[in-house]
Amino acid sequence: MCLAVPARITKIDGEEAILDYGGVIRKANISMLSDVKIGDYVLVHAGYAISKLEEKEALETLKLWDEMLLAVE
Amino acid sequence: MTDFFNDKGTAQRIVRKIRDISGSEKIRIMHVCGTHEQTITKNGLRSLLPENIEVIPGPGCPVCITPATEINKAIYLSRNGSIIATYGDMLKVPGSTSSLAEEIAKGADIRVVYSPIEGVDIAKRNPEKNVVFLGIGFETTAPMTGQVVAGLPPENFSVLCSHRLVPPAIDFLLKGGYDIDGFIDPGHVSIIIGISPYLDMCQKYHVPQVISGFEPLDILMSIFMILRQIKNNTAAVENEYTRAVKPAGNAIARKLMNEVFEPCSKEWRGLGVIPDASLKIRSEYAQYDAEKRFNIEMLESDVCDADCPLCASILKGLSNPVDCELFAKVCNPGNPVGACMVSSEGTCNIAYRYGTILF
Ligand code: SF4
Repeated sequence: MCLAVPARITKIDGEEAILDYGGVIRKANISMLSDVKIGDYVLVHAGYAISKLEEKEALETLKLWDEMLLAVE
Repeated sequence: MTDFFNDKGTAQRIVRKIRDISGSEKIRIMHVCGTHEQTITKNGLRSLLPENIEVIPGPGCPVCITPATEINKAIYLSRNGSIIATYGDMLKVPGSTSSLAEEIAKGADIRVVYSPIEGVDIAKRNPEKNVVFLGIGFETTAPMTGQVVAGLPPENFSVLCSHRLVPPAIDFLLKGGYDIDGFIDPGHVSIIIGISPYLDMCQKYHVPQVISGFEPLDILMSIFMILRQIKNNTAAVENEYTRAVKPAGNAIARKLMNEVFEPCSKEWRGLGVIPDASLKIRSEYAQYDAEKRFNIEMLESDVCDADCPLCASILKGLSNPVDCELFAKVCNPGNPVGACMVSSEGTCNIAYRYGTILF
């Protein structure tokens, strides 16, 4: 029910975007995000994009994990 | 991007660290998200943890906690000529004497939608009918219902509002003395609400909380972060899921939610009334409030979840599905007796499909 699925934006038309879920193409409403563009990865829930996934953040997270794990060594 | 979070070597490394810092005293960590339970059970994460660490599923499935009363109201409206639109998971949830699926079998017009937008489309295509969207879900789903109502949909569209709020429920569980040492906070809810709603209770009850993503490594890391806090005797809200959850959440979604709804105190299945943990439609939007429009606010259930002997304690993390004498025999996903067996996020349903004992 609360599953939000990641997808890539391939086209934007006002509040609507066409999204690619690894080959499956669907529409979603993007009015809840203020700064998305074509190529961005977003999480979609109940027909709405609710969060932009940041690749930079993902890489930072892994670096941070490494530090946290090292700290208890 | 998710590939980064599936690395076996990293998993082993986190598990080793968990073992290093877990001590020997019993530690109970609760989560309140059906999707977390799926990740944990499907990947056998519990078997990787030291014996003294218990990970307990709380009331994290919005389908499971929807009480019979609200199903009864949808059935009542359907029997009185409305088209009901709702998420597929809701069909088998037991009302007092029937479910939406049983009503469909008897000829009711109940339609499964993926988004409330589709409910509005149904209303546009059927101007001569009333279309009622049964809106369920936590903060992840309430903004969508808010968006369609704030967009002033056609007159024949209304919402039966069964949305619930997570932070007041966490507060209720922490206050309730269920012996919880750490909380894994739900990632998708947090995408909307951000970090701040958890801060107060973290201080009040001195229980560490970590907002977690949904890959196996996210969950393991969140457990590690909670254990690290316990070891250092701190209690803070940490965000493990930074790639999706911004500290301030999603302001646009929250604004829509606040504009259309206000908190109220309603029943959660199995848990009773939790103060301020439900949403109702504000009076400015009363025309879209199905309860007011069809005068069914007082319609209550006569039987309350009587068929499922253990739902209440499953939802509080006090019982295991296998403790229930109906589990897998009488009660299964094809024939759910209690709400925990209905949705793919329900604790009993997950335990049935993956055949695991929780703790
Ligand atoms: S197995 Fe069925 S009846 Fe038993 S607690 Fe779970 S949902 Fe309720």
